[in-house]
Amino acid sequence: MSLLWCDKYRPKDFSKLDYHKDQGMALKSLTKDGDFPHLLVYGPMGAGKKTRIMCLLRELYGPGVERLRSEVMNFTTPSNKKLEISTVSSNYHLEVNPSDVGIYDRVVIMNIIKNVAQTQQLDVNGQKAFKIIVLTDVDSLTKDAQHALRRTMEKYIATCRLILCATSTSRVIPAVRSRCLCIRVPAPTTEEVVKIIVETASSEDVDFPKKLAERIAVMSERNLRRALLMSEACKVESDGKLTPDQNIAEADWLVMIRETARLILAEQSIAQLKKVRENLFELICRGIPSEIIFKYLLDQLLEQCQLGLAAEILENAAIYEHQMIRGNKEIFHFEAFVAKCMYLYQNVLEEMKCDF
Amino acid sequence: MQSFLKSGKLGPANVDKGPSTSKTPKKSKIVPWVEKYRPQTVNDVVEQNEVVSVLEQCIAGADLPNLLFYGPPGTGKTSTILAAAKQLFGNIYRERILELNASDERGIQIIRDKVKSFSQLTASGTRPDGKPCPPFKIVILDEADSMTHAAQAALRRTMEKETKTTRFCLICNYVSRIIEPLTSRCSKFRFKSLNESMINERLRLICKEEGILCEEDTLKTLVEASGGDMRRAITCLQSCSKLHGTGVPINIETVLEVTGIVPQKWLTDFIEVCKKGNNMNAVEFVKKFGCEAYSASQFLEQFNDFLVTTNTFNDKQKAIIGEKLGVSILSAIISRYLKQFFQSVNYFVQDGGSEYIQLCSLAASVIIACNS
Repeated sequence: MSLLWCDKYRPKDFSKLDYHKDQGMALKSLTKDGDFPHLLVYGPMGAGKKTRIMCLLRELYGPGVERLRSEVMNFTTPSNKKLEISTVSSNYHLEVNPSDVGIYDRVVIMNIIKNVAQTQQLDVNGQKAFKIIVLTDVDSLTKDAQHALRRTMEKYIATCRLILCATSTSRVIPAVRSRCLCIRVPAPTTEEVVKIIVETASSEDVDFPKKLAERIAVMSERNLRRALLMSEACKVESDGKLTPDQNIAEADWLVMIRETARLILAEQSIAQLKKVRENLFELICRGIPSEIIFKYLLDQLLEQCQLGLAAEILENAAIYEHQMIRGNKEIFHFEAFVAKCMYLYQNVLEEMKCDF
Repeated sequence: MQSFLKSGKLGPANVDKGPSTSKTPKKSKIVPWVEKYRPQTVNDVVEQNEVVSVLEQCIAGADLPNLLFYGPPGTGKTSTILAAAKQLFGNIYRERILELNASDERGIQIIRDKVKSFSQLTASGTRPDGKPCPPFKIVILDEADSMTHAAQAALRRTMEKETKTTRFCLICNYVSRIIEPLTSRCSKFRFKSLNESMINERLRLICKEEGILCEEDTLKTLVEASGGDMRRAITCLQSCSKLHGTGVPINIETVLEVTGIVPQKWLTDFIEVCKKGNNMNAVEFVKKFGCEAYSASQFLEQFNDFLVTTNTFNDKQKAIIGEKLGVSILSAIISRYLKQFFQSVNYFVQDGGSEYIQLCSLAASVIIACNS
């Protein structure tokens, strides 16, 4: 089978989880009497939120939930705009990412949930009386859509349960939070990541050096999915012979962001700003989410800039990042931030020159 | 097709669970406690004395004004009006109320068609069984603060014209989002945040009814964490008992986990790291904090509480940090230290800013404060 490691060795059962075992057991006891409240599962990327949700579904409904089909649903907004959204569903659950349709996510929530929730199960004794809707990326839902969730969640609780999946609860409105059981999924520790990499490799008959696994674990920032992808890439690159200090391929966009940061600090001029702009544009065009570009660009700037500017850069980053999220043309805010950084940097340089 | 029919049923392993419960008990089992223990009569509503007395008079026969309920979540706004409607209309209450909430389409068109036509119908002064009941219907607009201004404006005249047959009840969290002409047409009632002892009492009652073992201390932690939100407290209690299974007493760790409170250790560590004064270390710390998946807004709230009471910082340092946190209490006390920028991390985080960057910037200003 040509599955990726991270999919092939994804645990399918609570008992097979590698970390957070207590939490797994708690979730299992949650499903024991066949009923549970709405859930809000939150944690950083690659911490295993989805794995736990799938385990939970399997625990509830048996292997039937793995028979998935994907469907495209059509909606019409009140303003007669036609929308399409793809969903993944089994006989027991439906998975959808409403933020795919941008600001129209409220329509999706209203239609899908009401559709599912208003259908009652005919044979209550043979199967569960409720279906499950899994909503991913809840933190990027608009406020309107989240408000739409509130009363719906209460009203249709007999026929439908929601599992919300988010990276952080800060952006979920308190009204929705208070209606859910919140489940925190922290990222695995570095040691756990190392252990999982080595174990996965050994079940693939690959001898994985522990040193290399440690380096990968640190580089992946405790993101298990990324760590497994990186180790698989290492294995493919090395033709079966892995060495502890071999080169770990870094993502192209990371290299590019580092280069961009270097450009910003190398020279402060309009011409340079233009070059930086080209780089940033390239990154955005390649589909790297702007929040991620911002985060890594900031990291690189802080790392490469040694003049004690960190506090000021951080403060400006906080302002510009927030504006970027509110606005809808990322490139402007990136440029503004870059220009501001250049200005700050130049000021400090000139002050130093004066001192001489 | 075959596979579809087959998969419609559960596997044999789970079948034995089903028949053991008959249809009716299963139905009642699914009701969450929040619904189960919703106040049934207006008298059951705790703390909100003004509105209760108005509604009681109305039930006794007086006229009902248009109502506007506002207040923080979980204080019983929706419960109150639903209980009142049930008491007023008895078993025909479903015909007499029109409940619209944020999940319904509530554009200007719906106000013009659905609400208007509903409110124009006349209601009789007697029930089908001959008992008297008030001769009007109630339109409940739940979560009215998420209605568009155009839709709210469309309500204005309708509200006045149909006073003979219809009363309106608007429910919202923030009264400032309701347009002035509407608020002036309603009698406003503010729902107070609930007293801790009230929540405690209610939770104890539920514990007794459901047979849950819970220590007094644990209950107290739960109530404190709920911040005056009854619904949150009850949901937490149910979640805790679910996670534990029946018969096992609930412990404090579970309560902390379910409510998502950030352990005190992280707060003290954060201050420690900031005191050392190295920005890069602070950034590292924030990264680590992010991996633990605690909510940044919760962290900020707790950090604020900590800041107000702590002796680690002097007033000026507190002002600098508090300003960054966007905390009005602090800046009000020591406003003379207010600096030029008014930027609040808390607002930024809730408004969608990246937690990582915002927390880093908070750390940076804490470092500045430490050095000043």
